[in-house]
Amino acid sequence: MKQSRFDVVILGAGGAGLRAALQLAQSNIKVAVVSKVFPTRSHTVAAQGGINAALGNVTPDNWHWHMFDTIKGSDYLGDQDAIEFMCREAVEIVRELEHYGVPFSRLDSGKIYQRPFGGQSQNFGEQQATRTCAAADRTGHAILHSLYQQNLRAGTRFFNEQLALDLVKDQQDQIGAVMVLDIASGDYQLIHADTFLIATGGAGQLFRTNTNAMINTGDGLGMILRAGLPLMDMEFWQFHPTGVAAKGMLISEGARGEGGILLNRLGEAFMQKYAPKVKDLASRDVVSRAIAIEIREGRGCGEHKDYIELDLTHLDPEVIKTRLPGIRDICLTFTGKDPVNSLIPIHPSCHYMMGGIPTNLHGQVITKQNDQIQALPNLYAIGEAACVSVHGANRLGGNSLLDIVVFGREAARHIHQSLIEKNNQKSETPLKLEAVQKRIDRWQQALNFNTPNDSIDLIKQDLQRTMEQHCGVFRDEETLKAGLPKLDSLVERLNQVGLKDPSNVFNLERVQAFELENLIQLGYATLHSALARQESRGAHSRIDFPERDDQAWLKHSLYFSHNHQIDSKPVNLQPLTLDGFMPKPRVY
Amino acid sequence: MIFTLYRFNPETDKAPYNQELILDETQIKPGMMLLDALKRLKQQDPSLTFRSSCQEGVCGSDGMNVNGENKLACITPLAELGKKVILRPLPGLPVIRDLVVDMTQFYQHYDQVEPYLQTSEIDLNQEHLQTPMERAKLDGNYECILCGCCTTSCPSFWWNPDKFAGPAALLAAHRFISDSRDIQTRQRLTQLDDPYTTFRCRNIQNCTASCPKGLDPSQAISEIKQQILEKS
Repeated sequence: MKQSRFDVVILGAGGAGLRAALQLAQSNIKVAVVSKVFPTRSHTVAAQGGINAALGNVTPDNWHWHMFDTIKGSDYLGDQDAIEFMCREAVEIVRELEHYGVPFSRLDSGKIYQRPFGGQSQNFGEQQATRTCAAADRTGHAILHSLYQQNLRAGTRFFNEQLALDLVKDQQDQIGAVMVLDIASGDYQLIHADTFLIATGGAGQLFRTNTNAMINTGDGLGMILRAGLPLMDMEFWQFHPTGVAAKGMLISEGARGEGGILLNRLGEAFMQKYAPKVKDLASRDVVSRAIAIEIREGRGCGEHKDYIELDLTHLDPEVIKTRLPGIRDICLTFTGKDPVNSLIPIHPSCHYMMGGIPTNLHGQVITKQNDQIQALPNLYAIGEAACVSVHGANRLGGNSLLDIVVFGREAARHIHQSLIEKNNQKSETPLKLEAVQKRIDRWQQALNFNTPNDSIDLIKQDLQRTMEQHCGVFRDEETLKAGLPKLDSLVERLNQVGLKDPSNVFNLERVQAFELENLIQLGYATLHSALARQESRGAHSRIDFPERDDQAWLKHSLYFSHNHQIDSKPVNLQPLTLDGFMPKPRVY
Repeated sequence: MIFTLYRFNPETDKAPYNQELILDETQIKPGMMLLDALKRLKQQDPSLTFRSSCQEGVCGSDGMNVNGENKLACITPLAELGKKVILRPLPGLPVIRDLVVDMTQFYQHYDQVEPYLQTSEIDLNQEHLQTPMERAKLDGNYECILCGCCTTSCPSFWWNPDKFAGPAALLAAHRFISDSRDIQTRQRLTQLDDPYTTFRCRNIQNCTASCPKGLDPSQAISEIKQQILEKS
């Protein structure tokens, strides 16, 4: 088997992985980036609306207000030290991105253009703030490409179209290498390193209707569970209010930021019922629930009354063409309608995973052992794969691009520092390869099968349908419990199924099998975490427990795959320098 | 609907061949895209191989040759394609398997134009200022998704794939030449000024015709040529 060695291996080449890689490569650290796709095809490319920073270019702003909004938006489940850190770094890191080449839209003053987004306020909850920095509605594309370009300049080593399978531990239970499948050749490779950074992104493919790329299958999260480590807050999946109905492509919140309004079949701008003050710019969980209720109560649009409409027709067509050209393209392509003069059919779609791999604010992965929270010495996670946690129970628009670059940079700084202090004194003991070898053998030798009517693809579709039916915008104990035996039967089918493609070269059926193993584990993590949390908070809306319960549940859930064990971790209500914001009812 | 697919698996096939697969009319829904059809064909034959990721035309993974034109499968409506569809890999690049091409050379050309902003020393206390008009010069240049549809439709690239940078790389070069923040304009133009890198472009316009994002690499290349001439 091929082997190689680096100081640091980064898994994933989205915005988080690339920002970290850039920092390390610029510090002359030998860094490798392993990516399942060519870097600019990572899902960051699809982010539309923008990145938050209290630049104050349009309305007065400061990072304290941004911090308050983020904590409130998180429904008080976000860790306030991490949130303070992110909001404080935001201004500088956006300027840095600008220097890296991001073609931000501009104001007449020459400064970066900003637009209002949901959940943003001035002066701790007063009037709407305008905080989201945007490159038209292609901000993710602009950031991802600029970061990739700067990495080319810095000489980062890329392993593209290579799927990371598992972290491999040594005899002292330290991560020593990662097993990687070269998709083009079908060869396996062990990459050794001192430090590992997981930046594999989200897993929205767990749900049938989602705004995510095909590649968002939570590969890094699966690795973590198989390494015996926990996932945090996996019950919190954000349903973005405005996915294109029946399809899922995202219509950016920027559309509402520019003045778009949601309408029901009666033509009512219904958001004023649910969020009288900020209406269509309420937080995403609030808007998604409002849409779900409108549809449930029979006020949905269309023949089946199963969607809501987003109205941009009252906006200046020039605003749509210059500020929202990407979503206009999406509408024209996928609905055949021009938002300049037609309403857009929309429905909440699974969009963002607030949970993930628990980390401290330096990105170090943490676990709980014998009731003690501890950080692993050489394992880091950042971006949507990680749960640091800045988004808590609900992510505000414009904070995900910020999260990836802030914690990408910080993790890289911390890794750099620890490499210097450690002087590479890691002991080299033989690797424990049995488990990963078993996984590899399973899908290499899976060709003699007796299930001709089943396939990896069908199991994945059934998984997505199961999650949508049993763990959607609204949940209760009955439906969540009923989902678990369905997952069991999917596991049983996965155990039996074979691959119909025996090749090694670019065998995407095999890749999908490895991905599906990860997704099913995340299905369990989600259902068990959602069952455990007997309250409603942010994106987790239990019909049987409609109230937020700070007494019992102002804490993070931790899920371990061994026996589906649920544990917890306290929320950090103590910021770094400011006083903490104590939980209050969340109204918009 | 009848699909004629280019098939080649280097492990088992001596030469590429065409495979005909039929998508039953009952499986075709209004508004369906070519990518949806390909996914269904892959259910019939799971060994069929093609790249895809975002499924909405922003990542550039699923560029392929559809009835003779380069397109992204995810934003190509089936309804536009007629009853018979011929699918081939992007032309002019080595085929890895089926519809998947080896884009190494394409990326090398991209790397060679130094596609990154080079500015004066970075001061994180302030933004570069750029007027909306200066910023507007980047429109039509920065949106490229590196799908390869333009470069692989260009006869000049087919003839000199090693020496002609191709429309995608040149569009990237133009994106930085046009950026008021970049301070290497003159040096960039000097590097592009040779008989092959830029001047092999013969204004054939296939690139512009095939860009799924509606960009105009041909115009960008003309402007580079113009600026090179003005410089010297």
